[in-house]
Amino acid sequence: MPLLQIKNLCVSFDTSVGAFMAVKGIDMSIEPREVLAIVGESGSGKSVSMLAVMGLLPKTATVTADRMAFNGVDLLGLTGEQRRKIIGRDIAMIFQEPMASLNPCFTVGFQIEEVLRVHMGMDRAQRRARAIELMQQVGIAEPAERLGSYPHQMSGGQCQRVMIAIAIACNPKLLIADEPTTALDVTIQKQILDLLMRLQAEHGMGLIMITHNMGVVAETADRVIVQYKGRKMEEADVLSLFESPKSNYTKALLSALPDNATGDRLPTISDFALDPEGATA
Amino acid sequence: MTQTVLQAKNLVRDYHVGGGLLTKARTVHAVKGVSFSVEKGKTLAIVGESGCGKSTLARIITLIDPATSGDLLIDGNKVDIAHSALTPEMRRKVQIVFQNPYGSLNPRQKIGDVLGEPLKINTDIPAAERRDRAMAMLKKVGLAPEHYNRYPHMFSGGQRQRIAIARALMLNPSLLVLDEPVSALDLSVQAQVLNLLADLQDEFQLTYVFISHDLSVVRYIADDVMVMYFGEAVEYGSRDAVFSDPKHSYTRTLFAATPRADVESIKARLAKKKAA
Repeated sequence: MPLLQIKNLCVSFDTSVGAFMAVKGIDMSIEPREVLAIVGESGSGKSVSMLAVMGLLPKTATVTADRMAFNGVDLLGLTGEQRRKIIGRDIAMIFQEPMASLNPCFTVGFQIEEVLRVHMGMDRAQRRARAIELMQQVGIAEPAERLGSYPHQMSGGQCQRVMIAIAIACNPKLLIADEPTTALDVTIQKQILDLLMRLQAEHGMGLIMITHNMGVVAETADRVIVQYKGRKMEEADVLSLFESPKSNYTKALLSALPDNATGDRLPTISDFALDPEGATA
Repeated sequence: MTQTVLQAKNLVRDYHVGGGLLTKARTVHAVKGVSFSVEKGKTLAIVGESGCGKSTLARIITLIDPATSGDLLIDGNKVDIAHSALTPEMRRKVQIVFQNPYGSLNPRQKIGDVLGEPLKINTDIPAAERRDRAMAMLKKVGLAPEHYNRYPHMFSGGQRQRIAIARALMLNPSLLVLDEPVSALDLSVQAQVLNLLADLQDEFQLTYVFISHDLSVVRYIADDVMVMYFGEAVEYGSRDAVFSDPKHSYTRTLFAATPRADVESIKARLAKKKAA
């Protein structure tokens, strides 16, 4: 049974000029222990579709799907309370801006322990012991002392480690990472990716990696979904995607990598016959 | 004949952090004696991670911040803004494009005014001609004359970066400092802006100082590369020399950390995963 199964997911936003379709019928599924990368540029709907799974979209969004099931449980049919029992515990998410996603008013220790209190019902001593263990797992030195730090006292890379600690606190079955390294330096990016891959293997999590960086895809994914303007352009295992991309959009993306530059100019999207509406050309 | 546009000799920049009631005053050495030179029409890329002093160096080159010591020569003339006022000529010669195209344009200023402003401040060109030049520049960077009366929020990130580049070029500078100009852009838009920069460099014989942390972009655009680490230039040489034979251990760390998107690396990774 797939861990997460989505069929024909559509998300539209009410705007002053009518409904805007951000996601136009996406199908996807992820198996336990699998690393799935969703690639696309801004506006491709890659974050929005995952926020829809998490139920984090604003009220202006309308989410419809033929099926959206986690571990066989239909997410759309659940009440808010039932859904909150799954979100944050069995499905966790980390975001792009580590500095912005932690609360500046509370210590990181408080923020890690909060998850444990809400979802695991641990007492104070258990929470603290578990928080120290988590800080160790994500590679923060002197974990007991650092629990008393505020987010502004830590670097961007350390904040992202804390976010990961919060996300894996309840041993989730599925971790969704939304551009987890985009705001970080390359050397820190490498450390965070290594950490995510290690945790994924150790805990046997499913991992959905949302990114626009083809290098990150190549270094982490088992399977890749390429999205463009709310539609799925291509789905393939990582090797065949890079070796023999099928859709024109994927070809365009790959050739726009400066690594692959041949000659003086980089090919751009306009050099490929792409339907501007985003249908597979 | 090659002509050296920018030369830096042993540039140092210290920041003094004032002490408070409980803390002592201290000095941060942001740039510790950096030397380099760039010839006309060439691109020097400065690579390093946050806090390595590359943006401080950009501020010194752009004549925003004075260097604590060391010499900065632009077109062979020594410039020292700490001791003498800057001539309008110098202000014209060096321009900068910033990283974030959403933050570097005034949201209440129309694009035409954005482009006209440098001329208005630095020259006495009449309004009609300012308008013509702004229109011409819009076309040059791949936008259209009808964009003249629009506001920044009506443009995408890539278009805004084109506008920022257009603004920097309005005064015919000889040196353009590009502070992470494509870091905030999507891959395909990044390719378009890099192409535009290459075209403009050919057309106007521009000299670029290109600041970036993305090695694949640097490899594509640079002639020379300087790697900075904690305020020092740990590696400086031609692009091919630095990329084929990095000398310093930090440069090697940087290369090793850069994700590889080629088929061979993916095969190697998958094989390793299977074995584990």
